[in-house]
Amino acid sequence: MEDALFYIFAALTLLFAFLCVANPFSRNPVTSAMFLVLTMISLAGLFVLLQAFFLAAVQILVYAGAVMVLFLFVIMLLDVKEEERRRFNPFGIAIGGVSVIGLGFILFSTIRESKVGAGLKLTAVKGSDTAALGKALFTEYLLPFEVISVLLLVAMVGVILLSKKDLK
Amino acid sequence: MNIGLEQYLTVSGLLFCFGLLGVVVRRNLLIMYMGLELMLNAANLALVAFSRFNDNLDGQLMVFFIITVAAAEVAVGLALIVALYRKRQSAHVEDLTTLKL
Repeated sequence: MEDALFYIFAALTLLFAFLCVANPFSRNPVTSAMFLVLTMISLAGLFVLLQAFFLAAVQILVYAGAVMVLFLFVIMLLDVKEEERRRFNPFGIAIGGVSVIGLGFILFSTIRESKVGAGLKLTAVKGSDTAALGKALFTEYLLPFEVISVLLLVAMVGVILLSKKDLK
Repeated sequence: MNIGLEQYLTVSGLLFCFGLLGVVVRRNLLIMYMGLELMLNAANLALVAFSRFNDNLDGQLMVFFIITVAAAEVAVGLALIVALYRKRQSAHVEDLTTLKL
């Protein structure tokens, strides 16, 4: 049952990811953004299969919620029709495709040859994983947690400054 | 066949390749940005898989931080794209080849 679910979610994730970046039917950025949402949701399904429930919830809240709304807002601010008038450069696509297939081959053969998963089995989570995660976050990882809040503040101030009309 | 770490890593690797394909092949800044997001998520999937198969929470905490940084990065990056679009009326990398605005 779980094996079947893994294959379903993995296939959906990869299909939606491919349609997001290289949709043969539409070059509209809005379509790409919608497929990106679907990719994130199927990825959250994979997180649930790995029993990382907290991260699955965060994935949906942050990516499918916040990040996608930002993307859609920006797409609406820009000219979406313009993309469809552009011509593709076949030489660039061929070179890019070949290099990406090469990288994929290297990754695939490395995973196969290294036998990295030998002897490792997925064990069921004992008790509440989220509680353990929160405990680690506020004890062992307290400094990174505080630093990241400063980072978010810096990002917020930076975005407000960048979106001012008279950018100097 | 039982699902092991290799299967998750293979999915993660393929997802990374698709993200890279988007960055390399597409010429629209927004879609290149979506490719970046896909690559970050591929790394997240690999980290969660390692974390769960080794029964160690550190990987999941790393993913938590990556998601936060990615959210900040998206906000700043999209604001930059909008500022650039205001100046040049284009979000296409082929129109953005000069250093001077």
